[in-house]
Amino acid sequence: MIQIDHVYKIFNAGKPNQVNAVNGIDLHIKTAEFLVIVGSNGSGKTTLLDMIAGSVFPGTGSIKIDGQNVTKLPDYKRSQWIARVFQNPMSGTASELSILDNFRLAAIRTKPKGLTIGINDTFKNQVKEKISTLGMGLENKIEQQMGTLSGGQRQALTLLMSVMGSCKVLLLDEPTAALDPRSAEIVMRTAEELIKDYRLTSILITHNLKDAFNYGNRIMLMGEGLVKKDLDAGKKAALKQNDLFEWFG
Amino acid sequence: MDFYLTALLQGLCFSGVALGIYISMKIFNIPDITTDGSYTLGAVVTAIFLTHHQPIYFTLPAVAIAGATAGALTGLIHTKLKINALLAGILVMTALYSVYLALMGRSNLPLINVSTLFNIINISPDPNNNTFWILLIFISVITIIIGYLLKTDFGLAMRATGNSETMIRALGVNTDRMKITGLAIANALTAISGYLISQQQGYTDISMGIGVVIIGLGSVIIAETFINWLRLTSVWLSLLLVLGGAIIFQFVLAVTLDIGVNPIYLKAVTAVFVLLIVSLPRISFRTAK
Repeated sequence: MIQIDHVYKIFNAGKPNQVNAVNGIDLHIKTAEFLVIVGSNGSGKTTLLDMIAGSVFPGTGSIKIDGQNVTKLPDYKRSQWIARVFQNPMSGTASELSILDNFRLAAIRTKPKGLTIGINDTFKNQVKEKISTLGMGLENKIEQQMGTLSGGQRQALTLLMSVMGSCKVLLLDEPTAALDPRSAEIVMRTAEELIKDYRLTSILITHNLKDAFNYGNRIMLMGEGLVKKDLDAGKKAALKQNDLFEWFG
Repeated sequence: MDFYLTALLQGLCFSGVALGIYISMKIFNIPDITTDGSYTLGAVVTAIFLTHHQPIYFTLPAVAIAGATAGALTGLIHTKLKINALLAGILVMTALYSVYLALMGRSNLPLINVSTLFNIINISPDPNNNTFWILLIFISVITIIIGYLLKTDFGLAMRATGNSETMIRALGVNTDRMKITGLAIANALTAISGYLISQQQGYTDISMGIGVVIIGLGSVIIAETFINWLRLTSVWLSLLLVLGGAIIFQFVLAVTLDIGVNPIYLKAVTAVFVLLIVSLPRISFRTAK
């Protein structure tokens, strides 16, 4: 599904503050694979994710999604495959729009935004039904502004929004970093269910080693812009939580 | 009493500016100074078309296109050249002065003995009444169009662009193009205000746009104060309040004149009034806490 070949990214090249964020990565991610990426700050995880999403372009190398070369395609055009959950709950939703409006925009992620009113009763019921699966009681508040909700609620809704339209790739950039443990668990469990139900190819970046251990069927350790370790499903299953802690020892 | 009637008519004429600023400032979060320029541009285009005896229904789209072009230019400079929106607006506004002079050949053009919106349509025998009804219908139509636009999928994408750019890009919207379109719409509305005012007052002057942006800002801020107090989320009510804001703004100026304040202080009163509406809610919140 995602094929990354010889990708390099250098910020501020030739200046004193040059950063070699990604130093030659080759990475192939199969359809419905759930890859977890761990690594210390500055290891290039987020740059790699940004390059897959299209908000940062690689210096050299190529990126293919679903067989198509997208190396120079901007983020808003890659939305036909990719849905994204950001670290900051504010980034994934529009706070001044209602829950319903946010879901409407998500539902037409892969389509043009035309001059017709898309919100009708059928759509409202569809959204209510979807939201009720969260069990947060938000299905009766769909007219409420997104900004009135908590970070955990917003992240959970952002996840649901990603499967409103057709979606093949789900990028999760530390989605629970700003959340309390209980909300974090709800968000991670929702993510896992959606990934399974919709057979999404997913990448999770996390600093939470417990999540890294519990979720996903492939795990990768990044450092200095390189892949340091890469364990497939079988090896990940055999991994112990303590081994993970030792990676950072 | 005459002051107040004029204020009402002027308020209606300035509704276009208020709606334009509402779109650029509230929806897109862009401080757009092109307003001063596109307002005068609208009046200049109107004056030229009408003095060349072009029909008003032909003049209106020309005015809207002229305003939209000015707005799109600011949008292009802002998004493609990554220049601060304020500066981009100032640049376009400044350059427009030469455009007015080149188009009109002089700094002032009277609209005497030409057919205008207000003398070819006759709803009421009283000219002031007639003007009022024409403006009311005109502004209602525009408000309905803008209200509908904001409710559509395109409108939702517009509103999200100013609110959470990362989100709406991830949802497949080219935010640069959206901002350019938004500024074009905002400035087309502003130019339409110039179209109305020049016909209502009977002349176009190249300096008539100085300080118009503050009228728009004032109107939107009055509306915003009410929107926040009443915790409104409805698009329709917000638009109505913006129109109300434009009229209230003109009434305050009328009261100022009515109580005998020297007109040379009018701009100062305007500035102080806007300062008051901006600061009053904050002061009262501070004492409440």
